Amino acid sequence: MNLEFKKDHVVAIDDFTVEEIKTILDLAEEMIPIAEGKEINTDFEGKILATLFFEPSTRTRLSFEAAMKRMGGRCIGFARPGTSSAKKGETLADTIRVAAGYADMIVLRHPQEGAAQLASNFSDVPVINAGDGAGHHPTQTLLDLFTIREEKGSISNNHIGIAGDLKYGRTVHSLTKALSMFDTEMTFISPPSLRMPEEIINMLKRRGIEFHEVDQIEETLDDMDLLYMTRIQRERFPSDEDYQKVARSYHLKRETLENSKDDLKVMHPLPRVDEIKADVDETPKARYFQQAANGVPTRMALLKLLQEG
Amino acid sequence: MEGKEKKIKITPIEHGTVIDHIKRGQAMKVLRILDLVDREIDSIVSMAMNVNSSKGKKDIVKVEGKELKNEEFDKISLISPNATVNIIRDFEVVQKHRVELPDMAKGIVKCKNNNCITNKREPIETEFEVIGEEPVRLKCVYCEREMVGEEISRNVI
Repeated sequence: MNLEFKKDHVVAIDDFTVEEIKTILDLAEEMIPIAEGKEINTDFEGKILATLFFEPSTRTRLSFEAAMKRMGGRCIGFARPGTSSAKKGETLADTIRVAAGYADMIVLRHPQEGAAQLASNFSDVPVINAGDGAGHHPTQTLLDLFTIREEKGSISNNHIGIAGDLKYGRTVHSLTKALSMFDTEMTFISPPSLRMPEEIINMLKRRGIEFHEVDQIEETLDDMDLLYMTRIQRERFPSDEDYQKVARSYHLKRETLENSKDDLKVMHPLPRVDEIKADVDETPKARYFQQAANGVPTRMALLKLLQEG
Repeated sequence: MEGKEKKIKITPIEHGTVIDHIKRGQAMKVLRILDLVDREIDSIVSMAMNVNSSKGKKDIVKVEGKELKNEEFDKISLISPNATVNIIRDFEVVQKHRVELPDMAKGIVKCKNNNCITNKREPIETEFEVIGEEPVRLKCVYCEREMVGEEISRNVI
């Protein structure tokens, strides 16, 4: 165990150093047999994880609960705010203080930005941010990095395309920040109205990262090692017609992939709607379901490091 | 500087604090930042707005009988970085400071992001890191949204 890992809470991916990220990913790799149920683990026997989900989520909540249970722990919590005392007007600060008295760790998803930061101020047990509004979702980024490393052997030395809603997508912001800590080349593919925010572009320039901004997936697909797809949401466009026109060109089909490298891998944080057609699923390039499965060992590693740190 | 103030007919005070070179239109906000609006205090507080000076229009605030402390008036720099603070004793300026930007701004401005947790009913003060000087740039410790110049004065609590 790397004793360098000293974190009280996990709020944003930027809180981690490259070394800490490597520590988590290395441990996640060791956790795979336990995550798959092939090995029994009781490290968390007698421990309780509170999963407080003020916003619905399937993968994130289930994979945290699976991670905890695979290590012998138990979970308490709620999956919708309607079932919590927030509905009665309780502040988040109070909910957190109460939950900290019941559990050994807290996983929080909340619709407001900064909620996890606030929670960390009021909790004496570790708080893990599982998404705060348009803010951060660090464990998604960790499992994305884990998947990239698993699929390509390393995070560095890859040309990674990131496509979809780059303006509002918190997943792509966190991922881009994390990738900029490694030696990667990035291509951002989006309609001009949904480009990466200026602060992210400025950060890449400061860090000397090679990146390109293009309109169409096909433009640089032949040179890519990884393509990270995300959804373009209907509500970002003034009319349904505008949306349909733009969204269609971000639909990945099997034939679109014909000009790509043999070992290109396609990722997606899920849920997808139309942006990856079902005919891509059967190709060896489709790694998004594996990516979702990787949420369990990655979150196991994080829980373990926090508990022991 | 004192000569100019006399020329523009600002009544001198015997003892207290004169905040000069406040950006035009910001005097009320300075009073709010210094908590001189709602608080019950003995001092007479007066304010002059739209005063002519060599560098254009400015506002002035006078607080009689009270010497403000650095940590109080440095908060003014967030909305008026060129303001100066004069401590007056027996009608004489005994100390003159230009306001300095603090590293952190706590409980002075609210976050412009409506969806920031600090804009909900939570038992916390807003907190910003000062990340830029000209123009003043603040970054919310909670939602990380940045605010610049006018946005800051618009959001004074």
